[in-house]
Amino acid sequence: MNFTVKAWSNGRARVGVLHAGGCPTAIETPCLLLSTRKGLPVFISPDILPSLPSPDSHLLQTSPLHFLDCPSLKAISKIGGLHQMLGLHGYSFAAVPRDSLLCLPNCDGTNKIGASFETPCGRMLIKSAEYMKMISSLKPNIWASLADEVPAWTSEKRNRTSVDRTVQWLDDCIALDPADGGAVFGAIVGGSSVGERSRCAQEVSRRNVSGYWIGGFGLGESMDERPALLNAVTDVLPEEKPRQICGIGLPEEVLQGVAAGIDLFDSTYIYHLTLGGFALTFQMDRSKEHVPSYQLSKIGSDNAKINLRATIYRKDTSPIVDGCSCYTCQNHTRAYINHLLNVHEMLAQILLEIHNTHHYLGFFRLIREAIKEGKFELFCQKFIQTRRGHLVEAAVCA
Amino acid sequence: MPVGTQGTIKGLTTNQLEEIGCQIVLGNTYHLALRPTSELIDELGGLHKFMNWPRALLTDSGGFQMVSLLHLADITEEGVTFQSPVDGKPMLLTPEESIQIQNRIGADIIMALDDVVKTTITGPRIEEAMYRTLRWIDRCIAAHKRPSEQNLFGIVQGGLDPVLRDKCVRGLVHRNLPGYAIGGLAGGEDKDSFWRVVAQCTAALPEDKPRYVMGVGYPLDIVVCSALGADMYDCVYPTRTARFGTALIPEGVLKLKHTAMADDVRPIDPTCNCMVCKNYTRAYIHCLVTKDAMGSQLLSYHNLYYMMKLGRDLHTSIIQGCFPEFVCGFLQKMFPKGDVPEWVCNAMEVAGIDISSCCAPFSSS
Repeated sequence: MNFTVKAWSNGRARVGVLHAGGCPTAIETPCLLLSTRKGLPVFISPDILPSLPSPDSHLLQTSPLHFLDCPSLKAISKIGGLHQMLGLHGYSFAAVPRDSLLCLPNCDGTNKIGASFETPCGRMLIKSAEYMKMISSLKPNIWASLADEVPAWTSEKRNRTSVDRTVQWLDDCIALDPADGGAVFGAIVGGSSVGERSRCAQEVSRRNVSGYWIGGFGLGESMDERPALLNAVTDVLPEEKPRQICGIGLPEEVLQGVAAGIDLFDSTYIYHLTLGGFALTFQMDRSKEHVPSYQLSKIGSDNAKINLRATIYRKDTSPIVDGCSCYTCQNHTRAYINHLLNVHEMLAQILLEIHNTHHYLGFFRLIREAIKEGKFELFCQKFIQTRRGHLVEAAVCA
Repeated sequence: MPVGTQGTIKGLTTNQLEEIGCQIVLGNTYHLALRPTSELIDELGGLHKFMNWPRALLTDSGGFQMVSLLHLADITEEGVTFQSPVDGKPMLLTPEESIQIQNRIGADIIMALDDVVKTTITGPRIEEAMYRTLRWIDRCIAAHKRPSEQNLFGIVQGGLDPVLRDKCVRGLVHRNLPGYAIGGLAGGEDKDSFWRVVAQCTAALPEDKPRYVMGVGYPLDIVVCSALGADMYDCVYPTRTARFGTALIPEGVLKLKHTAMADDVRPIDPTCNCMVCKNYTRAYIHCLVTKDAMGSQLLSYHNLYYMMKLGRDLHTSIIQGCFPEFVCGFLQKMFPKGDVPEWVCNAMEVAGIDISSCCAPFSSS
């Protein structure tokens, strides 16, 4: 794995270039890791995946927690690991000890032996040794060490313990690291304590790791307290190593992360939008002024997304977003997707996941462009203003 | 013809359908008339445009779904009376109304409304249904507003009675329709009766018009019916069985849910060239089926690929003059012990296809 920082903007935000192994082309950061279930996207089948923007769409996030019941480690090893099992040779896989949709960390069950998770197979206690066995079988390009993630409201003592444990488990994982293994990202936790976050980051940065996986976010902390916590971590970490985060996926949250110097993001935003029948529509052309619409918000849409279940789309023969080059917008209309949602057809989710992923990857491109031009702060302000603009108008008109 | 009930094949994009060689898709008039309604489809330019399917479409008449899905559906001379599933109001689907709906949907082939009776029923009802079907075809023809764009197929009824079937065939052929369907089968009758009806109809229907056996079906049934001279088929089987975790393979079926599959690192079918068999193992598919949408998608893709290939292979082998060899090869893979079912042997004999090389000699009984 290879990472270099290429450009800076307004402080900590940076553009980098990542060679993660797997994907033959370098990937620019900040970038989005696509969410998967058992290695494949939830709805986008592997033959449609290449139609997404390249190479942005070639970083996939998975978790050993997805493979707890099957296939067995023996089968996975026999097949040869993730790339072989999924037929996705030109893709890079990052394996993390968390899945924000199905496998939430259960901090009460976690103890010194292992990390506890609520999974579809029930409550599971994962020890470092087991975790590393799964990592060796799966052979991801990047993997994060096992972490004790605690929610924002946890006690000081419990928080301190989580930091100690996570650092210990990092050492355990490194010791068990197979020689030809992927790049290890040290897990950093610390809850909502700036002090603990800083302490953990310092400890982890002393270890021989290729990058950092920042856990424990998206578990109850408020958006207001987050920047300080993120900065406490990134201030301590060496600049030339990549930083990955889990659990913060909304556009505003991504901007917070980028502003703090994070490079890799996962997001459940696309999944939730897709299941809800929403399609992303926020303006991608930075030169155009965005006009907020009160009418949209009455049907659950806003400047960022439209609710395709709404009856106003029954006869709308336009694509989700005019000019969008994704498979969905090039081939289908809002009316058709509205019908598919109405009759509960799986194709609706497939088409929506394609478009939403495409659109969100475009958002990350905009972020990188803004950083390269040195205008990232301005970009953030404008973006947030536009998103909130319709709320102001709605309040005024109501 | 894969069945795209509500304007989509479950879990596949139109692009994927094109890629696997699908030429024509069936849409269900009953479902589409309910949602999004035939008027909306018409307003938006027809079903081809609505789903963005550049190839052929066929719609059924809506009658079968009504009878099979709805309580209190009843058939009278006027049409099919039923309770609207939307508001419970009594409604009537006449031959005229069925054709008008199908005119609006705009499929390339449309089906006449027939009086369809289960083959397991006996008695005068079958005769009544056969004659009514003939009276209704005239009403369908009269109501059809787009004969130069949409091909109206008639449906042969008559239950399992060869006399009735013969009368129906003659009646329909007399109307000189673009194509003919053999209806009223695939409903639980025994296979021996099934093939005989198909054989009788294909022998009597014109050589130069397509013959569509409705609701068929299993790969074996398709091979037999093709040997007997049928051309078109529709069935939900490949996609529905995929959603239950079953894959179609030359040997028959493979149940991916089975625990034995959990450690099986072979592809579903080593002889299949579809992207599922080229990239995935049984073990991996096993962990997806019935739990993740992706499992349904991948298996549906494979199953439809299998069916499309079967159609192509049948077609090519006939053109190349090696159809009997193809049939033998097919039967040998499916019945390696030579235990080809008797009905298949009988049907092949009538079809004039020699399959003695793949049948174990019958024990004297």
